[in-house]
Amino acid sequence: MSVNDSQVKHIAKLANIPITQAESEKLATAFTETLVVVDKLKKAGASKASPTYQVTGFKNVLREDVVKAENSFTQEEALANAKVTYQGYFVVPYVLQNKDN
Amino acid sequence: MPYKLVCGLEIHAELKTASKMFCSCKNDPFGAIKPNIYTCPVCLGMPGGLPVANKTAIEWTIKLGLALNCKINLFSKFDRKNYFYPDLPKGYQISQYDIPFCYDGYIETSEGRVGITRIHLEEDTAKLSHQDIDLDGDGKPDKATLIDFNRSSVPLVEVVTEPDIISANQAKEYGQKLRQIMRYLDVADCDMEKGGMRLEANISLRQEGKSELPNYKVECKNINSFKFLEAAINYEIERQTEILQNGEIPTQETRGYNANTGKTFSQRAKENAADYRYFPDPDLAPIEFSEAEVEIIRQSLPELPDQKAQRLMKEYGLNEASARNLVLNRKKAAFFEEVLQLSQKDNLDNQKLVNALLNKKIAFELSDKAAVVLKKFKAANTNDSVDDKELETAINQVLKNNQDAVEKYKAGKTAVIGFLIGQVMKELGKKADVNLVRQKISSQLD
Amino acid sequence: MKLNQLTLKESLDALEKKEVKLEEIYQDLDQAYEEQNHKLNIYLSKNEQALVQAKELSNKPLRGLPIAVKDNFCTRDLPTTASAKVLDGFRPQYESTVTKRIKENGGVVYGKTNMDAWAHGSSTETSDYGPTLNPRNPEHLPGGSSGGSAAAIAADLAIVSVGSETAGSIRQPAAWCGTVGFKPSYGRASRFGVAAMASSTDSPGPISKTVEDACILLNAFAGPDEKDGTSSREKAPDFTSFLDQSIKGMRVGVIYQDVAEIAQTNQKLLKELEILKELGAEVEITQAMDPHPAIGVYTVVQRAEVSSNLARYDGIRYGHDRSNFGDEGKRRIMLGTFSLTKGHADQYYSLAQKVRTLYLENYKELFKKYDVLVSPTSPSYAKKIGSSFNSAMFGELEDMLLEASSVAGLPGINVPFYRDDETNLYLGASFIAPMWEEGKIIKITDAFEKNTKWNSWRNR
Repeated sequence: MSVNDSQVKHIAKLANIPITQAESEKLATAFTETLVVVDKLKKAGASKASPTYQVTGFKNVLREDVVKAENSFTQEEALANAKVTYQGYFVVPYVLQNKDN
Repeated sequence: MPYKLVCGLEIHAELKTASKMFCSCKNDPFGAIKPNIYTCPVCLGMPGGLPVANKTAIEWTIKLGLALNCKINLFSKFDRKNYFYPDLPKGYQISQYDIPFCYDGYIETSEGRVGITRIHLEEDTAKLSHQDIDLDGDGKPDKATLIDFNRSSVPLVEVVTEPDIISANQAKEYGQKLRQIMRYLDVADCDMEKGGMRLEANISLRQEGKSELPNYKVECKNINSFKFLEAAINYEIERQTEILQNGEIPTQETRGYNANTGKTFSQRAKENAADYRYFPDPDLAPIEFSEAEVEIIRQSLPELPDQKAQRLMKEYGLNEASARNLVLNRKKAAFFEEVLQLSQKDNLDNQKLVNALLNKKIAFELSDKAAVVLKKFKAANTNDSVDDKELETAINQVLKNNQDAVEKYKAGKTAVIGFLIGQVMKELGKKADVNLVRQKISSQLD
Repeated sequence: MKLNQLTLKESLDALEKKEVKLEEIYQDLDQAYEEQNHKLNIYLSKNEQALVQAKELSNKPLRGLPIAVKDNFCTRDLPTTASAKVLDGFRPQYESTVTKRIKENGGVVYGKTNMDAWAHGSSTETSDYGPTLNPRNPEHLPGGSSGGSAAAIAADLAIVSVGSETAGSIRQPAAWCGTVGFKPSYGRASRFGVAAMASSTDSPGPISKTVEDACILLNAFAGPDEKDGTSSREKAPDFTSFLDQSIKGMRVGVIYQDVAEIAQTNQKLLKELEILKELGAEVEITQAMDPHPAIGVYTVVQRAEVSSNLARYDGIRYGHDRSNFGDEGKRRIMLGTFSLTKGHADQYYSLAQKVRTLYLENYKELFKKYDVLVSPTSPSYAKKIGSSFNSAMFGELEDMLLEASSVAGLPGINVPFYRDDETNLYLGASFIAPMWEEGKIIKITDAFEKNTKWNSWRNR
């Protein structure tokens, strides 16, 4: 299968990746090249197999409900790498509240 | 009205576990004295931060499901819901997509059963607030959004109903019952003002007599009280009716509710179903329960409000209204039950006792000892039996003998009735029911 | 001989016997660093406090010895960028479990090594900080993504090093640089604090001069970690206990993939494996599932996970915004996003996970017959600088012999089995074993290494 420019732009929007027109065209080519290799999956005869999402087979790896303050940051550590902070908060240019849950 | 409401609710509630959902940071976003003090690489979405699921949060979700008559998925998992927003540090929210912990339950209301589609467990986002700050250093304030990650990754359950709700009042009742149950289970505080419980209603209308679902849906968000929920739904019924009567179809959109105007307002048109690219979170192993484990959780359920009210009616002969009132919260129910149990040996009128307490005729605090409260009640209510005729005679006598007081009463100084009551008791030579005497006197004088 | 050329085992022994001093080792190492690092571009940052820290740790198992660490491991005292401009200047306020345990065991992080940006590649030339050159022949690539860590060993710019592998990222650069690379079972070593590439296959592991060194280092950091829910619940074995064991009767299956690009390498490997027969192992050629679908599985699963794992890099809490991703990063994020979208998820993502199951089943069958399996690590020698830019699938094709075992989570060790006199470039063999059975490949590679002439430290 091949991928066109407008599909690439839609994906870029979903992926929150800013791309130029030139990049978009290059990406469409790269997509198509990759999908040629990936399309071999369809010939592997796996339609009836059950999927493997994890190889360890682990189940119920759970944590007791205990606070471990030693694993937490101080406010200063939390903010140490932020570009903009204000009175202990991270800051971004204004966005609407409650886009989703 | 030619149109009938079709409404479903999606209610989020933060669980009050000690630690967060996927890390060991403290879960106390409302108690935190400063922003960003309960964070770590995991809930800040830093490189290499990995989630490990909180066992208690999962058990509580199952518990809630059982309390809401749900079936439990013995095999379940967490999925990533991918979207971008500044309050979502990882660029995805860990949630549950196709296999929620609980499904297919219900809550009974006075207007019928409301089906519960599913209950799933996920993590909360960070808290955004807004302020004008000079961001670009030009000396002028810019509109800015501040982010506090103390709430990030706090366990959050989402309870989704079927579109079974047929009135604004039923929506309110459903919500109140859900909150009551969560509080009974002691798994969530459901503080709506702070955002510990958040309501969303999907509202549409269909023509009376039709049974298929409408072909549009209006989503109402940002509702932070049951009163507003009721108001928002009623407003939408009006608004949508008007649109439908004009032969149009209401826009599929998300609307907010403005408590000041009592109206809903358009926030944004619903995009073609967002593409969240769900997939099983490779960082979290799937979760499996045995029937026996679910049974153990079921055994741990406390008596729930509906059951408790039924039992109080049966065991103590209370009427439904007061039984429902008593079970409003666990503490109140426990107090009353203690009083009622203690009163059994005195063979008192339970309904009367409960009425006296509910109507505040007997002053008490929920922290008072049952015996003390009961003693007060008995002192005020051990009346000798007085037949109507006897009482009437005594009242007539007193009114005749106390013309002054009667005049004063008629002139508006109604407080003298206390004096008259005392005189009647004296005349009777017995302790009659004060309220009854008061009522008889005033009916004669008014 | 300079002291930076010592193996980890030799250094530990020499320190124990007080034949050398830590200062002397650091002196030689610092000198080598000054001479070579600017030419080869191996380290992105160097720990200026290394010797000071080393002296305080000299009584712990790793005795304060200098260890190179790939730049995707978070370290408190050194910047962590994963070779990506997005993370330029990032100073983690926390420590990865692997480096924490190395430090607790007396190891010193000497510096952070170059890699393909975000570990996206098999060349180390997709690094936003320029390519690392192969110390064996600087016209060639070191492989990747742990190219810096493998080159650090080949150039003797560290005593031992740490890399991470998703599918080939330890073993392939080890093969191209003529070193040992040990990718343990998925879950054997904690991923906490390692910038995630593909969560379901990422595995930290050692790159070293000898198999023995790899075992000593792995002992220091393997084992359960409560901060990583996918890490093994079982205590790790003492990996050094499998050294110097008889391999008599061990059954070795040679996976002979009939692919033109590999033919010559296959022939050379078969010849070298005669040594195992002489040591009493049974060596037999066997057929495994066609590796081509595995390339698809790996490509899809890895890119899907990448698209989600890299979503956190928005420049708000740390780092820089998403316009800073390089071409390879953008390509992977985009393809992964695409493979998860409605209408495509079934066709790509879900299907890939089903084909993954077929490989797991295939290995299960093969391991009924064989204790270990072996194949060339890479189709051929290290490629020339610049090669990776010719194909969007460069890495996947270079790692085609490793992808199947990686998506299955299996442990694998690369050992050098040939050197080309003309180019001074190496070929490596990858031995794999069933999940959690690292002991088997340690036994066989240790025996192999000690009986061939291809290990440049054992045969100097």
